[in-house]
Amino acid sequence: MAGNIWIIAEAWRGQVSEITFELLALGREVAGQAGAPLEAVLLGSNARELAQKLGAADSVLYADNAALADPVPENFATALAQLIKEKQPAAVLVPLTNLSVDVGVVLAAQLGVPFLNYCKDLKAEGGNLTATCVLYGGKMEATVTASAKPAIIGILPGARPVEQGRSDKAATITDVAVTLAAPKVHFKRYLESEAGDVDITQKDFLVAVGRGIQTKDNLDLAEDLAATLGGAVCGSRPVIDQGWLGLSRQVGKSGMLVKPKLYVMLGISGAPEHVEGMKGSQCIIAVNTDAAAPIFNVAHYGVVGDALEVAPALTEKIKARKG
Amino acid sequence: MDILVLMKVVPDVVEELEVGSDGKSLDTSFLRTIINERDDHALEQALLLKDKHGGKVTLLTLDAPDIDDVLFTALAKGADRAVKICGVESVQSTQTAVKLFGETIAKTPGLLPVDLILTGVSAIDDLDGLMAAPIAQQLGWPYAGVVTQVALADKTATVIKEFAGGVRGEYEVPTPAVLGIQAAEKPPRYVPVAKVRAAMKSQTIESVDAPAVEAATTVEVQQMAKPQVTGHAEMLEGSPEEVADKICELLAKRGLL
Repeated sequence: MAGNIWIIAEAWRGQVSEITFELLALGREVAGQAGAPLEAVLLGSNARELAQKLGAADSVLYADNAALADPVPENFATALAQLIKEKQPAAVLVPLTNLSVDVGVVLAAQLGVPFLNYCKDLKAEGGNLTATCVLYGGKMEATVTASAKPAIIGILPGARPVEQGRSDKAATITDVAVTLAAPKVHFKRYLESEAGDVDITQKDFLVAVGRGIQTKDNLDLAEDLAATLGGAVCGSRPVIDQGWLGLSRQVGKSGMLVKPKLYVMLGISGAPEHVEGMKGSQCIIAVNTDAAAPIFNVAHYGVVGDALEVAPALTEKIKARKG
Repeated sequence: MDILVLMKVVPDVVEELEVGSDGKSLDTSFLRTIINERDDHALEQALLLKDKHGGKVTLLTLDAPDIDDVLFTALAKGADRAVKICGVESVQSTQTAVKLFGETIAKTPGLLPVDLILTGVSAIDDLDGLMAAPIAQQLGWPYAGVVTQVALADKTATVIKEFAGGVRGEYEVPTPAVLGIQAAEKPPRYVPVAKVRAAMKSQTIESVDAPAVEAATTVEVQQMAKPQVTGHAEMLEGSPEEVADKICELLAKRGLL
C-alpha cells in the first residue's frame, strides 16, 4: 500500500489522551499488514515533549504553531490537510472523541473525501483498507472497504488496549511547519465540569438509568436502590438530555469515565457512547426488556425484564439481607 | 433571525433489526423509522432561538416513509415551513445525503439566506461522514459541532461545545454558520396529537425534486451483520423477586453486600 499509515495523536490539556495509544496499537497492526511505516502526527503549541511519548510509531511528525494551542478544529484540520497534501499518507486514523471528531470531519470536508465513521477494527488487505463499523447504536456491524485516498477513518474508543500502544522507545520526531490563517471560529474559554452533589467517579456502587426508566418519577426506584447499596445514581445521555439528571451524573463519551465495583444498569440498551464510559466496571448487571440489547454483550449478568419491577424487588431483598 | 433545520429519519433501534437479502443493508420490509434523535434536538434548539428572537424556522428533509408525520409534528411545535426533497430512494450514504441537501439549499429559491443551519451532530447510520461539516464547507460558512447551547447576538453565535468528563468549551462563531447539535438546551418539547392533527389540516408540506448528484462510491459496504458476540452476560431468569434473590446471591459471593 503506497503511503504511510497515520494516526492523529490527541493531546488534551497538556496530556496525551489514552485513545492515542489505542490508535497506535491498531495502526501498528494495519501498518504491518500494509507493509507501510506507522507515523503519528501531533499538532500543538509548545507540546513537543508530548511527541516523545509516541515511540510506538516508526516516526512522529510534530507541528508547532501558536494557533494550535486552543481546541479550534478548523486550525487542526487545515494543518493536517497541508501535511496530507505534502506527505500523501494512505490512511489517517482519527480518534472518535468529541475533541477530535470535529477535526476529522472538517479535514475530510476540506479534502473532499468521506469520513469513515464508527470504526472499531481496521485491516489492510490486498491494497485496500477494510473496516468494521458499528451502526445503529451497536445493533449492526458493517464490513466496509474504503478506497478514498487518503482514507480518513474515525476510530472508536477501545479498539485496542491502551497498554499495547505505549512504548519506552525514543520517538523519532520530525518537526514540520504549517501555515494557519485566522480561523472563522474563535475559542473563548473552557467551562469546567459543573460541581455535582456527588462525584460518581469515586463511588463503588452505581445505579445507572437510561431511556427505559420512562419517566422522571421512576428515578426514585433507582435512588432507593442506590441508597440501599450505599452508592449513587448516574445515567446515559437520554436521561441527561431530558433534564432528569444533571451533567455531573452523565456516564459516557461526553460525561464521566467510571470504574465502580458494581454497575447496575436499568433500561440502558448499551449504545457505544455509553459503554465507553463504564466498560471498566468490575461487575456489571444489566436489566433491559430487549433481549437483543447490545448491553448484554458487555454486562457480566443480564436480566431480560422490566427495570421498574426488578429494581424495587432488588432493593427490598438487599434491605432484608442487610437487616 | 431565520434558521434552517436539516433532518432525516433513522431506523428505530427499539425494534429488532434484520439484515436484508443482499447481506449488505437493513431489511426495510418491516423497518420502522423515527426522526434522528440529534436532529430532534436541533429542531428544539431552533425553536428555542425562535422563541427568544423571533424569525422563521424552516425544515428541510429527505423524503421517506412516515416523513410527513415527522414534519407535521415539527410544524405543530412551531416550525414555519417544511420542505422535503423528493425522488430519492432510501439514501444509505451520508455523503450522498450531504450532496442532496447542499445542492437543494443552494438551488431552491427561498431557503437562503438564513442566520443558522442546525442539524444533529451525528446519527446512528452515519457510516461515511457527518452532515454538518461538509455542508458548511460547501457553503463556505463556519462550522461548530457537538454543540449543546447557542446564544445569538450581533451576527455572532456564542456556542458551547462538549468535550469529555463534563468539560465544555465556549466558542464565538460568526453567522451565517452551520452547527452540529448534540443536545438542545431543553428537552425536545411535547406536542399533543390534536395540535399535530390541526397542523395537518392547516399547513402544507412543500416538495422539491432531488437534484441530480453523483452517488458516493469510496466507501463500499461488503457485508452487514449483527455483531459477533465475543462475550455474553450470564442471564438470570425468573420473576423479579427470583431475579433479585439471584443478584443478591452473586453480590454476596463477590463480597459486595
